[in-house]
Amino acid sequence: MTACHESASELLDQLATGRTTALALTQACLSAIASHDESIGAFLHVAGDRACEVAESIDRRRTAGQPLGPLAGLPVALKDLLVTSDQPTTCASRMLDGWLPPYDADCVQRLREADCVLIGKTNMDEFAMGSTTENSAFGPTRTPWRLDCVAGGSSGGSAAAVAAGFAPLAVGSDTGGSIRQPASFCGIVGLKPTYGRVSRYGLVAFASSLDQIGPMGRDVDSVARLLQVLAGHDPKDATSLDTPVPLYTEQLDQPLQGLRIGICKEHDREGLDEEVRQTIHNALDVYRSLGAVVQEIDMQHARFAVACYYLIACSEASSNLARYDGVHYGHRVDQPDGLVEMYSDSRGDAFGTEVKRRIMLGTYALSAGYYDAYYKKAQKVRRLIADDYAKAFQSVDVIASPVAPTPAVPLGRLTDDPLEMYLADIYTISANLAGIPGISIPAGFSSDGRPIGLQLLGNSLAEHTLLRAAAMYERETDWHLARVPLDQGTSP
Amino acid sequence: MTDSPSDQPSQHAFSRDDVLRVARLARLSLDESEIQAITNQLANVLDYVRILEQADTESVQPMSGASGRTDVLRDDLPSPSLTRTQALSSAPRHDDHFFLVPPVLDTTAK
Repeated sequence: MTACHESASELLDQLATGRTTALALTQACLSAIASHDESIGAFLHVAGDRACEVAESIDRRRTAGQPLGPLAGLPVALKDLLVTSDQPTTCASRMLDGWLPPYDADCVQRLREADCVLIGKTNMDEFAMGSTTENSAFGPTRTPWRLDCVAGGSSGGSAAAVAAGFAPLAVGSDTGGSIRQPASFCGIVGLKPTYGRVSRYGLVAFASSLDQIGPMGRDVDSVARLLQVLAGHDPKDATSLDTPVPLYTEQLDQPLQGLRIGICKEHDREGLDEEVRQTIHNALDVYRSLGAVVQEIDMQHARFAVACYYLIACSEASSNLARYDGVHYGHRVDQPDGLVEMYSDSRGDAFGTEVKRRIMLGTYALSAGYYDAYYKKAQKVRRLIADDYAKAFQSVDVIASPVAPTPAVPLGRLTDDPLEMYLADIYTISANLAGIPGISIPAGFSSDGRPIGLQLLGNSLAEHTLLRAAAMYERETDWHLARVPLDQGTSP
Repeated sequence: MTDSPSDQPSQHAFSRDDVLRVARLARLSLDESEIQAITNQLANVLDYVRILEQADTESVQPMSGASGRTDVLRDDLPSPSLTRTQALSSAPRHDDHFFLVPPVLDTTAK
């Protein structure tokens, strides 16, 4: 065995029956990373020795018959914006290069309590700003399926890590599609939960009203198991939802009778790749064959989503990133001329192009004289978009769409034109504006071998419905079983 | 267009002076090539977001968050927090008690 290509349930079964150990799994992952990650670029930090220590202690406790957490012994990769007290956290920015946080994120704490083996920190667009992981200060991540193409973003490292078999599970964050889109580009399952379902405590903030942490894995069941561990109320996050967490794996193997699927005609738009369009049509046919009813829904404010999203996301980013001032932590220039110069020069020195662009747009949108016209207007349009979804979910259970207009794009394609890049987020950003959950599941490949995902969106807190609807499709297809031929895939 | 004139963005293009003003507000040093690139790129983005003017938001309340939770309070009780040593440990410059920064006042002036 050269990598962890099995699902979480298969590996948990192997661990429980003694066919493998946490240490053997961890070593297999570490060995796959050592052999192949140079060409993929999924990890920014690999916690080799520490991960082996944790794995060994889990094995010892298992041997001694002591109680273990629900994911005991499974290696998990963490997007490098989740703070970890025993691993550096950089957000793929020179601003935080080498920073060792003094505490753990709430979700990291939960993963430790579940006896996961935290194997390393994954690459991302700097401060999660981007859709390709090319905005990382430390180099891009490539989709393991096609090394000339991006892994997507911003959770590109987490998606690539799962696809390459570097870890059976990974955690990402999704502000405008940053879990779902890289999941699609890398051929894995990624879920963005309802806003507030997973605590944001210890998630380095990009846009606080949109950010949400979520699970990524090989199949729907893996993602359901990881969500079970991540979800729950946390008093340290005032937006965390204090509602019971259902058992996500319960009835996962039972189809939803009479599932009502909404499709939005605005989604079939100019710029949608023909193979992606066909993939979604085929997926809907699979659902129809299972008795689902596909009906058109009206999202009359869909065309405002990209403009609304970028104003709100950048405004919140400009405010959140004001904390990087070279005083408490992070980069400071040598010998600044004075206090204000220290702030400006440290920020100018360490932030990358896209982060600067978004801080500028957000600062402008929040500045005197422009606040009402841009930020407040966007907040009003946001409510209209959320109302469209609330109305739609009165008549459908899930909404199906592409995840992105195209499969993974070649490296260097989009970064020259920020507006073109923003427009590619059209299918995913509305879920963040409305705060609803969404999932991306493998649904096919382009003729040249790039994975294509299907997105399903659900009503607020309807993760269980989403997972069951996704599992229905997964049982009928075998896209999720496709494995990257690592040794061929990573040769130059 | 349905909103009142005061809700309308000014129609002039995003200028170099705008970029310099906003960079000052954001405490962000930009070099000459960045100033030029951002001037053009933000002008395009701001031109694009004008599409929002077409949305009728006459009696719509702004939506500031997605969880619907407001005024979340907790009991004001002491609880564990970072020690001073931990809080100072990541600072680029500090002594045993404080974060150190360049002088705020001009110490050479008499």
